[in-house]
Amino acid sequence: MSAQTMIELVGVRKSFGKLEVLKDITLGVAKGSVVALIGPSGSGKSTLLRSINLLTVPDQGFIRVGEQALDFTGGHRLPGDRELAAFRARTGMVFQNFNLFPHMSVEENVMSGPVTVLRMPKAEARLLAHGLLAKVGLADKAAAQPDKLSGGQRQRVAIARALAMKPEVMLFDEATSALDPELVGEVLAVIRSLAAEGMTMLLVTHEMAFARDVADRVVFMRDGCVVEEGPARQMIEAPSQPATRAFLSHFHNGLGPS
Amino acid sequence: MQYQWDFGFLLQYKGLIGVGILYTLGFTIGTVVSGLVVGCMIALARLSNMRIATAVMTGIIEIFRCTPVLVQLVWVYYALPILTGIELSPSVAAFITLTLYGASFFGEIIRGGIISVDMGQWDAGRALGMRRHQLMGQVILPQAFRRMVPPLVNQAVLQLKNTSLLSVLAVPDLLYQGQLITSASYRPLETYTMIAVIYFIILFPLTRFAHRLEARMSH
Repeated sequence: MSAQTMIELVGVRKSFGKLEVLKDITLGVAKGSVVALIGPSGSGKSTLLRSINLLTVPDQGFIRVGEQALDFTGGHRLPGDRELAAFRARTGMVFQNFNLFPHMSVEENVMSGPVTVLRMPKAEARLLAHGLLAKVGLADKAAAQPDKLSGGQRQRVAIARALAMKPEVMLFDEATSALDPELVGEVLAVIRSLAAEGMTMLLVTHEMAFARDVADRVVFMRDGCVVEEGPARQMIEAPSQPATRAFLSHFHNGLGPS
Repeated sequence: MQYQWDFGFLLQYKGLIGVGILYTLGFTIGTVVSGLVVGCMIALARLSNMRIATAVMTGIIEIFRCTPVLVQLVWVYYALPILTGIELSPSVAAFITLTLYGASFFGEIIRGGIISVDMGQWDAGRALGMRRHQLMGQVILPQAFRRMVPPLVNQAVLQLKNTSLLSVLAVPDLLYQGQLITSASYRPLETYTMIAVIYFIILFPLTRFAHRLEARMSH
């Protein structure tokens, strides 16, 4: 694949016990593009996302993010703690349940990555945090505790925290699934602005209209395999595989303009 | 029965009593600190994926949790030297025993506190690129610690009470000094009442403190 491919997966396999969750996945994400990963629950899309920053370590396969690559094909030793941490520091991840650190204020959450991992001086990290909080529309919440925020605000803090590491790619694992419907829009708006800035992103999502409008490409997974992938609008509106059509038929009444 | 209470005579033994209090508090504080250190190592070993370390630590913990401290004290002081050929002074034997006994409970409290932290917190710290020790120090332990403090204080209270068993090895703790005073004064009633009151005065604020912490945690 070309140097313009930011994320590259080749032959990635993962099993939990006897259950094979990822069956030989090969996937590329072009630099600056947005790829939506859709599929029924249990299809392996979250596991795939987590294997890109090695929160789940694959059993087999090759993974490259930017300049960093790790090979898990037979005989290669598992990466150590230092290697894993360095690899993960270059990717940002946003989780379904936000996972903010409850014992830290909002700005401390955003500062935690740069201060702890990059050894950035606190004053500099605070400036960075305030800039990012302003960017996600939460400049006035810097001193708040996470438990005083709404779900949508928490998720925006989580996005700011991930961005503070100046990642090359952002991974979103069902970032709006735990939110009340009226709070989804503010989080999607932040993701949309990141897309406009040219951030490379891979999103696991159930927001089909959002996938159609914001993603460049859509990947449909089922049973640990990539069934079909293609340009977003074509994939959502006119998929070629029966399995994709069957899955998307559950969403069609919700596919208005987002 | 008409008993003439007279606590006045105890004043002449205040030096002995003072030494007893110092030994009781000293052994408590010392073995709580050493027990926490060893307990931390036990917890981390059990949380690691090292099977052998986990098995060994689990074995040690069960031995200390499932035998009485008094038996452990006597065994370490009288039986261990026969096995190893190393004579231990009563204080050293007592210190080792109480450390390991405390550690076996502290270790389980610490481990429980750590595993009670949501898995999402581990994910979030790892995703930022934190090393294992950074994740522990910055994210997991600060959250786990808040949950550990009340049970750790309770265990420290038990640890202080257990120091009274040191008297069987003639370590001059509070109870042992009471026995000395009784044998000299023939007044067990006043002496042991005073000993009990001293334990109470030390421990009551500590248990209140643990209660208050627990109440605050449940909010």
